[in-house]
Amino acid sequence: MSVGPDVATGDIPAPRLRRPLDATWRIVKTQPRATAGFVIVLFFVVVALTAPWLAPYGVTEKVGPVFEPPSPEHPLGLDDAGVDMLSLMMWGARVSLVVGFAAALVAMLIGGTIGLLSGYFGGRTDTVLMRMTDYFLVIPDIPLMLVAAAIWGRSLSNIVIIIGVIYWTTTARLIRSQVISLRERVYVKRAHAVGAGHGRILFRHILPQVTPLIVANTVLTVAIAIFAETAIAFLGLGDPTLTSWGKLIENAFSHNAITVDAWWAIVPPGIAVALVILGCTMVGQAIEDTLNPRLRVGHLSVRRFRLRPLQGTDQV
Amino acid sequence: MSLLEVTGLHVWFDLQQGGELHAVQGVGFDLDAGERFGLVGESGCGKTTTILALMGLLPPTASVAGTVALAGENLLERGERTVSPHRWKDVAMVFQGAMNAFNPVKRVGDQIAEPMALHEVADGAEAKRRVGELLELVGITAARADRYPHEFSGGMRQRAAIAMALACEPKVLLADEPTTALDVMVQAQILELLVTLSDDFGLALVLVTHDLPVVAQVCERAAVMYAGEIVESGPTTALFHNPRHPYTRLLFAATPDLYGDEDVASIPGAPPRLDRPIGGCPFQPRCDRAFGRCEEARPVLRSVADRHAAACHLNDLPQEVPAA
Repeated sequence: MSVGPDVATGDIPAPRLRRPLDATWRIVKTQPRATAGFVIVLFFVVVALTAPWLAPYGVTEKVGPVFEPPSPEHPLGLDDAGVDMLSLMMWGARVSLVVGFAAALVAMLIGGTIGLLSGYFGGRTDTVLMRMTDYFLVIPDIPLMLVAAAIWGRSLSNIVIIIGVIYWTTTARLIRSQVISLRERVYVKRAHAVGAGHGRILFRHILPQVTPLIVANTVLTVAIAIFAETAIAFLGLGDPTLTSWGKLIENAFSHNAITVDAWWAIVPPGIAVALVILGCTMVGQAIEDTLNPRLRVGHLSVRRFRLRPLQGTDQV
Repeated sequence: MSLLEVTGLHVWFDLQQGGELHAVQGVGFDLDAGERFGLVGESGCGKTTTILALMGLLPPTASVAGTVALAGENLLERGERTVSPHRWKDVAMVFQGAMNAFNPVKRVGDQIAEPMALHEVADGAEAKRRVGELLELVGITAARADRYPHEFSGGMRQRAAIAMALACEPKVLLADEPTTALDVMVQAQILELLVTLSDDFGLALVLVTHDLPVVAQVCERAAVMYAGEIVESGPTTALFHNPRHPYTRLLFAATPDLYGDEDVASIPGAPPRLDRPIGGCPFQPRCDRAFGRCEEARPVLRSVADRHAAACHLNDLPQEVPAA
């Protein structure tokens, strides 16, 4: 039995499979800024992954005099111990990127969970969680990281956790504000009426809606985390057994690379850090702009159309 | 014993600045299987609050008193524990603005199947088959179950929302303004669908609306709500042709007539605030026939004819001939 006609029955194309992450991928593919950023990050990821095979020399291997300038053999010169800078850069990428991504992941998990719970349950839960977030927001991050690294020890995993535990606040606040708006939607009330519990509503109905936002934020956090790692390592509190970009800068700095004009020991790691941060920011902002078009001010541009004199009028 | 019996339903909301708002004040009605009952009144009169209370879906700031008996069992007896087994399974609802009742990032079919899985009515392929049937029932091709809500028109979404309400084969369907925001053609189709459903499946329908012609067209009985209480209830024809409360009469007078030469009358003023006690008749300040007693005593709902009740002092005056 059927009541009433189905308006526009027409031929129905096969339904497309669409997942929240697909949207993110589409942004990366279609927006030039995001593509460029993605290529930059991808380049460093590939370098990091292939370092054991591609790095021409070892990271402890003395291959020439201290601070030897760049040459065809050693395109980035040698460092304070006569080790090939190019090899060090490639190995350093591994640590910097691992810390960056892992810490961003930690931040995403903490921030995402707190944002979801705080926004969804509201009331006292929200107050408690948000005051906690406020504390983390006002704590000066670098001193806290230094103290924590000094107390808990300078291992790689500790640094990941420290950075993650400090940079989850933005994610939490953003997710919370979005969830507050989502939980009032009729379909969330309907899901409750239908018999769905809190867990189901959170994970099936609300989480998929905020996933792109979480992704955008995580990508931006990667940039912040890599910068933080560099800062920690530069201040001498990085994992002493590992080479990271920050540590390379610290090494060169403490061994007077500047006074001997050995720019090649400081500039390349600096550029690498800057490039990765730039890449992550480009991807993250492109996703963010797409999600929130109000961030783009460009559409207010006045030069969208040109005025043209009417036909027949005299052109001066 | 009727299928659904609501007696003495009260709802209060705690106000942030302190005090309470008495939103529903002793509402009662009953309905049988296959019966269609209309709940009318202007905005803010407690219509939606009443049916949300039946579903146990009021926000935590609300407190409820009274009984909602479904086939003799009081759903409000122990709060959430007694409502939740019946919610959506026996008493389902089409939400106000049901077009937004779908999660935009999930397929319509999966969302219709959600209550089936949660109430262990059907699962997997069986659920999929039933979703197809339900969609066909409301006039949508079964293949559209794989589509997303934005690929549906407003009318289709409204139909799909009805299909979702029917997912667990409920006995009672509460429809909150199911045709608001739809054009008249689609509105007529949706109403026809609701009538067919109650005729063919014995579904008891509560239709909440401010649209009197819709009630006249669909419902056998109706109740008029004002300021949180029912001021008149009875067979739709009686309400239309022999209203026994000035509010009902004025409400009908405020409905434009297609061939009408008469001007559309409006009722001046607004419903009273419900966060403070009302002394006399709540409608007294706006009533065109108020007299001394209306200011002093609050009229109670009492029978004026067979199955027809009204809360108005005018009905107690022997010389008063009710306005036809």
